[in-house]
Amino acid sequence: MLSSFGFFPLGRTRRSVIPGFRLSLGLTLTYLALIVLLPICALLLKSADVGFARYIAIITSPRTLASFQVTFATAAAATLFNAVYGLALAWVLVRYDFPGKRLLDALVDVPFALPTAVAGLALTTLFAKNGWFGAPLAQWGIQVAYAPAGIACAMAFTSIPFVVRTVQPVLEDLEPELEEAAATLGATDARIFRSVIFPALFPAFLAGASLAFARSLGEFGAVVFIAGNQPFRTEIVALLAYIRLEEYDYAAAAAIAVTLLAVAFVMLLVVNIIQAWHQRHTVGED
Amino acid sequence: MAQRINRYRVRVGDAPLFRVGLTGLVLAVTALVLIAPLSIIFVEAFRRGLPAYLDALARPDTLHALGLTLLVALVCVPVNIGFGIAAAWTVTKFTFPGRSLLLALVELPFSISPIIAGVAYLFVYGGQGLLGPWLAEHDIKIMFAVPAIILASLFVTAPFVVRELVPLMMAQGRDEEEAAVTLGASGFQTLRLVTLPNVKLALLYGAALCNARVMGEFGAVSVVSGNIRGQTSTMPLQIELLYQDSQVLAAFAAATVLAAVALFTLVAKFLIERAEAHSPTESRDAAG
Repeated sequence: MLSSFGFFPLGRTRRSVIPGFRLSLGLTLTYLALIVLLPICALLLKSADVGFARYIAIITSPRTLASFQVTFATAAAATLFNAVYGLALAWVLVRYDFPGKRLLDALVDVPFALPTAVAGLALTTLFAKNGWFGAPLAQWGIQVAYAPAGIACAMAFTSIPFVVRTVQPVLEDLEPELEEAAATLGATDARIFRSVIFPALFPAFLAGASLAFARSLGEFGAVVFIAGNQPFRTEIVALLAYIRLEEYDYAAAAAIAVTLLAVAFVMLLVVNIIQAWHQRHTVGED
Repeated sequence: MAQRINRYRVRVGDAPLFRVGLTGLVLAVTALVLIAPLSIIFVEAFRRGLPAYLDALARPDTLHALGLTLLVALVCVPVNIGFGIAAAWTVTKFTFPGRSLLLALVELPFSISPIIAGVAYLFVYGGQGLLGPWLAEHDIKIMFAVPAIILASLFVTAPFVVRELVPLMMAQGRDEEEAAVTLGASGFQTLRLVTLPNVKLALLYGAALCNARVMGEFGAVSVVSGNIRGQTSTMPLQIELLYQDSQVLAAFAAATVLAAVALFTLVAKFLIERAEAHSPTESRDAAG
């Protein structure tokens, strides 16, 4: 389901007897141009208007820098959680049989299907001072809602499926013979996991974690509910762009948005490189 | 074969203690991170009983938001189904230079924060935007009105149907279509009678996902809608407005509607996957 295109080898030009190429290509390109490319170009034009010196001043202002720091730190924490939980979840779903397994598999997609505003509302209520999680945590003096930890929780929730859904198919296709061979040679379970299984999963795992990180960086709906949105402390980049718009500071909104866009492109590039590597890896094995 | 495997040993991680321990741990974490958030929506909404829930749901502004959300979905889902079929047909039935680039372009909205999408649309249709002055001159209102909500939703959900169709159509190849065309079928006949029946479940699931996302989109819509209560608030925005107003019960009541749509989507996926497992003609294993 995730960036699945990268996994399909696209062949070289071949003539097709099937009609409709011009029509379908024309429709596709027109739609993409109007719906996707036009707004992105408008954003790029607008940010080009800002000018380099002003752009640097906006991006390096203490409040913007603080928001980037908060966003990257919480997204990293969320990704770390999902890397561990996602790998364990994928492992349990592929390797073990237990009652409710198919239900668990279906539950993994909840964060994709549930609107982010609903997720934000639910998480904020859970972590509120008198909430199911908030009350016990308050006794330990831990505050999650209206703190950076809350942002990390919201980001973690919305990006749960990425690692699971990228690792799962690779784990399913893993050949038992490799493990058996390692076992007959006397390797322990931990050693086999480290030297045989994990290296095979690694490209998919890394791609899934990168997608989760990218999604966390851009997450807005779930975060604004739980963050408290205090400048310098719990204000994420996406929210700062939104605030600048509301203040009619279009230059600052454009500068911040285009920076976030550039980060998204870099993440996309990273994921594609990993997948190209993965594809070479698997094609080489066949 | 199975006997030979067992003679050596079980697979890695199959030691009973490890297996039970890891499964238990994963289930416990899942209960906390997935089941608890889902449950609390319904627990809070029905906290004061069914009549109070219905009252909280039947507020005029919430009903208006629901109507607007349904209208947006009613426009966006069919449009993106059409786009999805056209794009998937282009990239799977033909080979041409730039095909990978086209696919990357189709996937682009997934990688872009909805907030950026909203800001970008503002710079096209807003007063300060590319087309803003022209639109103002001709008295056409797009920004902070329903058209902008529809456009931003189209952007965010453009990839959903395509990404369900492409892997499957890629795996199915072109032989059936080529046979149909050779036997004299037109392009549309081939699409309607050969291609679409082969992918109907994937198409249905893509549409369901697209619908769930359209109805739940928050970031992009909150930038372009102006968020005028009773006019341009969609359901997610209405939930936020109610929550800001400390109308917690009303917020949760509205949230149950969207949560129900999400659960319906997941049930649909579950049923479709089961149907696929039983049908030999459309196997997604081939795509994996």
